[in-house]
Amino acid sequence: MMVDTLHQLLPGFLIPHFDWLMQLGQDTFGGIWPGMVTLVWTVIKIMLIVAPLLLCVAYTTYAERKIIGAIQVRVGPNRVGPWGLIQPLADGLKVLLKEVVVPANADKAVFLLAPLFAFAPALVAWAVIPFNEFLVLANVNASLLFIMAVTSVSVYGIILAGWSPNSKYAFLGSMRAAAQMISYEVAMGLSLVVVLMVSNSLNLVEIVKVQSQGRFADMGLTFLSWNWLPLLPMFVVYIISIFAECNRAPFDLAEGESEIVGYHVEYSGMSFAVFQLAEYSAMLMGCTLISLLFLGGWSSPVGFLPDSILWLFIKIFAVLTLFFWVRATFPRYRYDQVMRLGWKVLIPVCMIWLAVVACWMLSPWNIWK
Amino acid sequence: MGSMRDILNSLLLKELLKGLAVTGRHMFARKITVQYPEEKTPQGFRFRGLHALRRYPNGEERCIACKLCEAVCPAMAITIESAQREDGSRRTTRYDIDLNKCIFCGFCEEACPVDAIVETRVFEYHGEKQSDLYYTKPMLLANGDRYEAQIAADRELDSKYR
Repeated sequence: MMVDTLHQLLPGFLIPHFDWLMQLGQDTFGGIWPGMVTLVWTVIKIMLIVAPLLLCVAYTTYAERKIIGAIQVRVGPNRVGPWGLIQPLADGLKVLLKEVVVPANADKAVFLLAPLFAFAPALVAWAVIPFNEFLVLANVNASLLFIMAVTSVSVYGIILAGWSPNSKYAFLGSMRAAAQMISYEVAMGLSLVVVLMVSNSLNLVEIVKVQSQGRFADMGLTFLSWNWLPLLPMFVVYIISIFAECNRAPFDLAEGESEIVGYHVEYSGMSFAVFQLAEYSAMLMGCTLISLLFLGGWSSPVGFLPDSILWLFIKIFAVLTLFFWVRATFPRYRYDQVMRLGWKVLIPVCMIWLAVVACWMLSPWNIWK
Repeated sequence: MGSMRDILNSLLLKELLKGLAVTGRHMFARKITVQYPEEKTPQGFRFRGLHALRRYPNGEERCIACKLCEAVCPAMAITIESAQREDGSRRTTRYDIDLNKCIFCGFCEEACPVDAIVETRVFEYHGEKQSDLYYTKPMLLANGDRYEAQIAADRELDSKYR
């Protein structure tokens, strides 16, 4: 079956060579050959997602510095390459050449594994992200649940990073970060419940499809029928929770790059860079989720333009710009204010809107049928 | 009623959106960054940079070893030793400025009765070790010889205010 799929994907002149290779493999390995083909093809697909993703992460840092620079009436990085475009590579090289210092009293294995615990979930979650109706690595039915489950695991990376170096500052930082992430997961989950109610599915492809139906979509104004408008409070709550989940400004007190010590104080060089990678890929993940759940994913904003994967990228970039914009605008929350906002504001708002939407769906004015 | 309005305003993120509008406007503002090695900010004629010891046009050094600069220097960066020269005039045998200590306050050039020690417009100098920034008399005189035209022009501009 896998071989048939590959057959359709290959350009014509390669097919005889491909058939020959398949025959050779069949003769050499016998029964396990189809399994091997599937494995290799899956790994290739994973790399097709992960490699561009890492590139995007690198250039997210560049975009962040450029946009925050522009907001602060500066020009941002412009020395390395034209318009500073090689800057992320220079940063990466610098970080690679730096020493990874392991504190003397650290639990060495856990210390070195913690960045991976933080980074891996941010990558794994991409497995179920649909880029359009067909372009998805694993189109599972409970993809949203999968994402919620996997992204929660990254809290372990942070806790281990704070605990393993035996430093009280890192430990306190990680406790704060973990408490913050867990608290905001509640608000995030509740706002997702509303989305699930209206779309009647846990499958991201379905959730996106449902959004481009409705009265406005029939009028050609698809962007008004996306979830963000009828679920506006949930949209705002979800964005705020994603800010907090990604430890982004104004909730970046867990790391506080400039002044507060965070969970990664003891990390240096590449092990620190992996935390940064984790943060930025989690942020991209968050932007993608916002685009898929509330902004209609790959569906085009107006009826006369075709749906395309490009729309998804445009939306992700727009949300990403909002992240940077917010970071350049708002001061950091105090820790008790973070907790107050999460538990006393966002969760009640979610509960109320949940009830409102439930009543709305039962009323004759239900727009999600 | 007022508190209700406050709650509504905060739930509608009114003030946050105002803040975003301000930064959003700045995003498209003209950037005022000076691209340093290629562009430079203008300097005044009283700019206080690297020190120099000047000479008279006939080649005689101006410094008469009065040590006023050494006395006035708040950072105690200047060290002077003097002796009588063969022709009977008093001259410095040693005139050192430790630029690691110097705070570029300009008191030395203000104190100088003969305009011998001056600060030039040069600010792009460096040392690769600490001792490179310890300037001795020959180095300071060389600075003076090198930048004399600029120094004289700047003193001329400043003369009507002194």
